[in-house]
Amino acid sequence: MKTVEEIKTAIEAAVPGAKVDVLTNPAPNAQHSLLVGRAMAASVATFLRDDAELALDFLSNVTGVDWPDKEIAEKIKVPKQVTKTVDGVEQTVEEMVEETRKRVEPGYLEVVYHLYSIAKKHGPVVMRLRTANRGEQADLPSMTPIWRSAEFQEREVFDLFGVVFKGHPDLRRILMWDEFKDFPMRKDYVEPDDFEYEPTAHDEVLARAKAHQAAAGSGITPEETSR
Amino acid sequence: MSASTPDISIKLARQEAWNRPPVIEPEGEGELLELAMGPHHPSTHGVFRMDVLLDGERVIKLKPVFGYLHRNHEKIAEGSSYLASMPYTDRLDYFCSLTNNWAYALAVEKLVGQQVPERAEYLRVILAELTRIQNHASTIGFLLQEMGASGTPLMYAFREREKILDLFESLTGSRMMCNYMRFGGCRVDASPAWLETARKIVKELPAFVDEFENFLRTNEIVMARAQGMGVLPPELAVNAGITGPMLRASGVNYDIRKVDHYGIYDRFKFRVPLGDHYDIYDRYMVRMLEIRESIGILEQALKDIPAGPVMDPKAKIRGFRPKPGESYGRIEGPKGELGFYLISDGSPNPYRYRVRPPSLINLTVLEDMCLGHNVADVVLIFGSVDIVLGEVDR
Repeated sequence: MKTVEEIKTAIEAAVPGAKVDVLTNPAPNAQHSLLVGRAMAASVATFLRDDAELALDFLSNVTGVDWPDKEIAEKIKVPKQVTKTVDGVEQTVEEMVEETRKRVEPGYLEVVYHLYSIAKKHGPVVMRLRTANRGEQADLPSMTPIWRSAEFQEREVFDLFGVVFKGHPDLRRILMWDEFKDFPMRKDYVEPDDFEYEPTAHDEVLARAKAHQAAAGSGITPEETSR
Repeated sequence: MSASTPDISIKLARQEAWNRPPVIEPEGEGELLELAMGPHHPSTHGVFRMDVLLDGERVIKLKPVFGYLHRNHEKIAEGSSYLASMPYTDRLDYFCSLTNNWAYALAVEKLVGQQVPERAEYLRVILAELTRIQNHASTIGFLLQEMGASGTPLMYAFREREKILDLFESLTGSRMMCNYMRFGGCRVDASPAWLETARKIVKELPAFVDEFENFLRTNEIVMARAQGMGVLPPELAVNAGITGPMLRASGVNYDIRKVDHYGIYDRFKFRVPLGDHYDIYDRYMVRMLEIRESIGILEQALKDIPAGPVMDPKAKIRGFRPKPGESYGRIEGPKGELGFYLISDGSPNPYRYRVRPPSLINLTVLEDMCLGHNVADVVLIFGSVDIVLGEVDR
């Protein structure tokens, strides 16, 4: 089978404008991966599936990974005006001072696709896609039209991580219930204090009854007061 | 071909989307019935729901609904150490805890480059093939139960399964929650007496398979209800990521034991049974033949098993912290490709832990297989997929 670098060259030759980077995996198994740009991801995936030599017809596994915002503290030497007493005279001298600076590396959501070939019996080729951020722009092109096996797995990634797959035919929550709001597999997910609490129809009825009672004043009907 | 093959009224409305389920137009002017099969329907093997839209008896839409057993296995595993997840993998597919253990151990061993001693590899193969036999036997038993053979075939299957579970219990201490494999070997060694008992049970197994097949292979009801039913074409099976006996019943020769040669599977001679009609009957026959091939592997493994340690003495157990990296390990589980994907950031807990559940992904094509059939056949088609809800919902 081709190495990751060779696959990268083949993709760049076949799909003009595709952005592909090789990410090395330091583990002994050396399953390196291809980081594919969002814009041309669907064309790259179609090429990987239909290319006669690669023939990656089997999408085995779809994984969501959350990489939250990282705060990095760096020590940098900065020139600074320092007042010092030199030979009994007070002077302003420029000196290099070590300073800790913090910067925030923006986080993203990543989806990892493990591809195999049933026709050629090789693999895996690991393809990664990354979202622009973890907020409103957490969307990626769906692979479901290309490999049907992504259908439930992408729904699961949407359900648990909140990645919106553009072009998915049926993007709904799959494991959590439809009314659930948060994304439990994200690293910053906070578990609720009360796991048992769930809004029920009964609560709605109680709320309506309360509103009705408030509108009716003290809750005593006019006929009763006149008596 | 049976009388209830989907008729020609199925209109392929979206030809360009060939891998989507077809849209079926209702016939006549009758009302459509929406039926929720499950979550407590006896045929769903657990808590699982199929929202079925019926035109008379005919299924024109089917949407599976999951999540009743969801406990976020992956999040729990990310909060505990690598080894602490090992007993929890037993609970994924509780019929095949030993193959779950193996898949997880394989992924971790790939992550850290851990070697496994010879005897442990043999024990793993023996236990995995025993697991496969008892899983396939009970699957066929359940399938026949759903065909109306109430109890008897299932009891025959469970009689054999019980012998195998006794073997598991005497080796690992538990019938179903075995928690047996470790990173770099197995937890305890098998005694010569255990191996002798295993040989004796394996020797008796072909007689059981013959008896089972004799009753069922040419049974009129089995043939009438299973042949030509729930056809899954090979192109769709590959595209939809179907694995295991389902894929091979669709005529695709893909067995991870043959492709990846994980463990020591390259040392054993066995054949890969394939279907040629892609229907329920093929799925049943492929499982039956796989039991026979597994018996062959077991005979070879029990003959050749060498003496030696079952755990790599250099394997790290305390303070197990893999270096940063990732690995995807997969095995041919009884239900299909069971994979574990791990990302390590150098801490004692995995940064990301993902299970590739064959049961969930094999359900992708459930709608495609059921459309156009009668509602009673949905139960059979679903039974031929072979799922366990503990793994579907995780």
